[in-house]
Amino acid sequence: MNATIKTLGLAAAMTLATAPAMAQEKLKVGLLLTLSGPSAVLGQHARDGFQLAMKDLGGKLGGRDVEVIVVDDELKPDVAVTKVKGLIERDKVDFVVGPIFSNVAVATHKPIVDSKTFYISVNAGPSNLAGKSCNPYFFATSYQNDQNHEVLGKVAQDRGYKKVYLLAPNYQAGKDALAGFKRHYKGEIVEESYTPLNTLDFQSELAKIASMQPDAIFTFMPGGMGVNLVKQYRAAGLADRIPFLSAFTVDESTLPAQQDAALGMFGGSNWAPNLDTPQNKKFVQDYVAAYNAVPASYAMHAYDAALLIDAALKATSGKTDNKDALRAAIQKAEFKSLRGDFKLGANGFPIQDFYLVKAAKRSDGKMQTEIVEKVFDDYTDAYAKECAPTN
Amino acid sequence: MTATLFFVQALNGLQFGLILFLIAAGLTLVFGVMDFINLAHGVQYMVGAYLVAAFSAWTGSFGWALLLALPTALAFGLLLEALVFRHLYDRDHLDQVLATFGVILFLNQGVKFVWGAAPLSVPVPELLSGSVEIANGLLYPVYRLAIIAAGLVIAALLYVLVNHTRVGMLVRAGASNAAMVSALGVNIQRLFMVVFGFGAMLAGFAGAMVAPILSVEPGMGDNILILAFVVIVIGGIGSIRGAFLAALMIGLVDTVGRSFAPNLLRLVLDPAAASQTGRAIAPMLIYIFMAAVLFFRPSGLFPVKR
Amino acid sequence: MTEIAETHPAPAPSLGTRLEVIPVMLFAAFAAAPLLATFSGAEGYVLSLLTRVMIFGIAAMALDLILGYGALVSFGHAAFLGLGGYAVGILASHGFEDALIQIPVALLASAAFAFVTGAISLRTKGVYFIMITLAFGQMVYFLATSLAPYGGDDGMTLASRSLIAGSGWLENDFTFYWFCLLCLFGAYALSRSIVASRFGRVLRGTRENAVRMEAIGFRPFRFQLAAYVISGMMAGLAGCLLANQAEFVSPSFMTWQRSGELIFMVVLGGLGSLHGAIIGAAAFLLLEEFLPEILHTVSFFLSEETRAHLAENWKMVFGPLLILVVLFVRGGIMGLLRRPHHG
Repeated sequence: MNATIKTLGLAAAMTLATAPAMAQEKLKVGLLLTLSGPSAVLGQHARDGFQLAMKDLGGKLGGRDVEVIVVDDELKPDVAVTKVKGLIERDKVDFVVGPIFSNVAVATHKPIVDSKTFYISVNAGPSNLAGKSCNPYFFATSYQNDQNHEVLGKVAQDRGYKKVYLLAPNYQAGKDALAGFKRHYKGEIVEESYTPLNTLDFQSELAKIASMQPDAIFTFMPGGMGVNLVKQYRAAGLADRIPFLSAFTVDESTLPAQQDAALGMFGGSNWAPNLDTPQNKKFVQDYVAAYNAVPASYAMHAYDAALLIDAALKATSGKTDNKDALRAAIQKAEFKSLRGDFKLGANGFPIQDFYLVKAAKRSDGKMQTEIVEKVFDDYTDAYAKECAPTN
Repeated sequence: MTATLFFVQALNGLQFGLILFLIAAGLTLVFGVMDFINLAHGVQYMVGAYLVAAFSAWTGSFGWALLLALPTALAFGLLLEALVFRHLYDRDHLDQVLATFGVILFLNQGVKFVWGAAPLSVPVPELLSGSVEIANGLLYPVYRLAIIAAGLVIAALLYVLVNHTRVGMLVRAGASNAAMVSALGVNIQRLFMVVFGFGAMLAGFAGAMVAPILSVEPGMGDNILILAFVVIVIGGIGSIRGAFLAALMIGLVDTVGRSFAPNLLRLVLDPAAASQTGRAIAPMLIYIFMAAVLFFRPSGLFPVKR
Repeated sequence: MTEIAETHPAPAPSLGTRLEVIPVMLFAAFAAAPLLATFSGAEGYVLSLLTRVMIFGIAAMALDLILGYGALVSFGHAAFLGLGGYAVGILASHGFEDALIQIPVALLASAAFAFVTGAISLRTKGVYFIMITLAFGQMVYFLATSLAPYGGDDGMTLASRSLIAGSGWLENDFTFYWFCLLCLFGAYALSRSIVASRFGRVLRGTRENAVRMEAIGFRPFRFQLAAYVISGMMAGLAGCLLANQAEFVSPSFMTWQRSGELIFMVVLGGLGSLHGAIIGAAAFLLLEEFLPEILHTVSFFLSEETRAHLAENWKMVFGPLLILVVLFVRGGIMGLLRRPHHG
């Protein structure tokens, strides 16, 4: 049994690896996304965004036919490492696009960049990859994780909130989130509350918030946690009394479940579906038509990742063998990003605008985030200066 | 102020504990009476939540959705019993664990297949959507009070059912000696089905009740399953009374510990260290509690005599 | 084969030799795999996958030692994977990169943890034992998520694989493969000799009838605790290797789901034969890796979109597959291998 499975596996590996080389070989792009488990919806947005871009680009990137290989990292970093090795060595991909989660990014970063494969993140932007461990093969079309939190910190500071209550899950990203918020907010923090990861019931924190009466709360509660928090915050009657500032908590991946409970709650983002550019209008319209859901920023980042690869390959006439030339082409790639202004900084992370956004209802009854105001213009992340160009 | 806050947290703990009890009750009976480890019990909680989400989208009313979801959850439980579980009763525990894990994998992916990966939402029923003011500025949602009420009513019904009816007597007898009950001419197969279906429905009911306050998503039953196991082990397997008390204890330890652990630690540590340690310890509390209970009472608080 | 069997009145010896064939073939397959890997054109991938299989093989075998022979179902064994992994990661981040320091520390840490938790857990029996080991596993898991200096929940990347006496041999995937195979073989040989020894017989005796063992003068508790400590150390070793294989450590190594997977590997492979656990680990991991692809391939007659959909929902096939194995193949994969002999 064991032997058969193994030979089967090896045979599969061999047939795929020795597929006949064609004149103009297909360009291979591996999508490494979380597609199972409770967070699968984020991966789906990214996958759908990328597929939509491929459709709009006529199935080609930089004039070359493309094979997209989608793999599920199952949100297990060590599983992701093996899958990535499969993508690189068996499928011989030219680009890895993904992942959603920072822990997967941290784990897969080394094998991918060591093999000199280009890694384009569509969401995860952990601080060390933007700073000390930046790498010429790693790019992001998203943001450095802290930036969305900084938007809210700036807003809280500018609006003159004196007392803010902070709430985050008890893990690294949660701590980073609160640190990001505090970068621009200088007022009093009445409490920094950390809930165990995957807490689904926030009643005890809500009771505390109600008794402390802060001017605003700031929270980072991705996925199902955010859905629960928003519904419970509304049910506890706090939504109309204490402004709800958040990051990755109220977005198009959670709004379908939050519905009206989220109306008027704030978030920070580099984009929103109602951003007024012709490309974006078409993108949102097509996405809604194809997948019957309003795209979240993950979809936008993945769409832009495809445009980025396309633009870079056009500059190298479709060639991928000269890595330095390709890198330079990615770095300078010019394309019409869905978010408007976009360019890559020296650390491979975007320099872009950030907005305060608010949950609202579209005319078709679906929920989306809408831009309230621009908070940062051409904003560089805080870690870029730690990135030494030598490594 | 702290006293009111404590009171509210105790209410929260009570509500969480009662939900845990609804799940644990079925689990402990199935385990105690049939000697069957059903990992898929948490999935039945998830299915209950999904059913109520689907039916409330269809009928537009939570009440109707609940009425439809309960028999469907029951039917679904019985279907699973007939298809898979029935064939596992005479197997050892590990076989049961592996097979029921297979059921978890299938159904977690299955609900995603049918309803999509995005979390679903169930609106809080209009009638129960408000909140009551407990103290100055402290609002408590009526719906949560309704959960507490429903949980207490079910617990009372269970008490009467198990302690004062014939079926209950058989169940209790089955929990201490199933072979003897069977030898006395009771149709043990039918008793198993009743117990199993009932347990499945209770878990489904718990899922349905929390659907309006929690997000309905694939895998939502996995972590609660582990907690339910913690509850039945602390309470003593097969003991409804044990499950009830243990569920309330776990609910309180988790909720109250989470918000007061840092405060308590502040008495012995400086604030920064206290909040740091408090954060590290809070999620461990229930496990520390369980380990401590089992250290002193290796068969739980209310072991069923065998 | 049949003729020989007919001439012997008792089939027992031939059964024994027949079963010995399996571990020999298993290790031969592992030894031959690097050659095949070279030809596959994706050697790094094939090696890394098989290395993973061997590492989980060690961990599953460690569990089988107490589960299959002692009927002690530990639902917290992933904690040892984590302890081993974090020993490597934490020491490396403080400049101790040599495996000659890391592995002994990891083994000591695992042994100490196993000794303390085992002494408490073994007071309980059956399901209570399952749950108390889970509790200890969860405590270590939450402890690791709160280790902010070492990456907290995100985990930490290792700068490189461990050194051996100052040399970077393990950087090479082939050498690392052979190193893991050596560890697997060493662990297997050790376990076999433990199982065959007086100690192993007492352990099995305790599984069958603890009261009788006590009556004839053994203290089952001591034997069980010793077995638990040995098992924990072996799983800790697997943790060291896993950290080196992924060049990464994180709390996700020790979720309760991971502990569950280890149990499934043992049960899937077949309890109480040691190599069954390795086969179970192989089957589990290779299915996880290739099932999406296999589904995609065998459904060639369907539309591309349906095929992608099917591959994405591979767990809907994996789940029923596990159920079928339990229902129709008693004794896991080893039971399947044994079956033809019984007709």
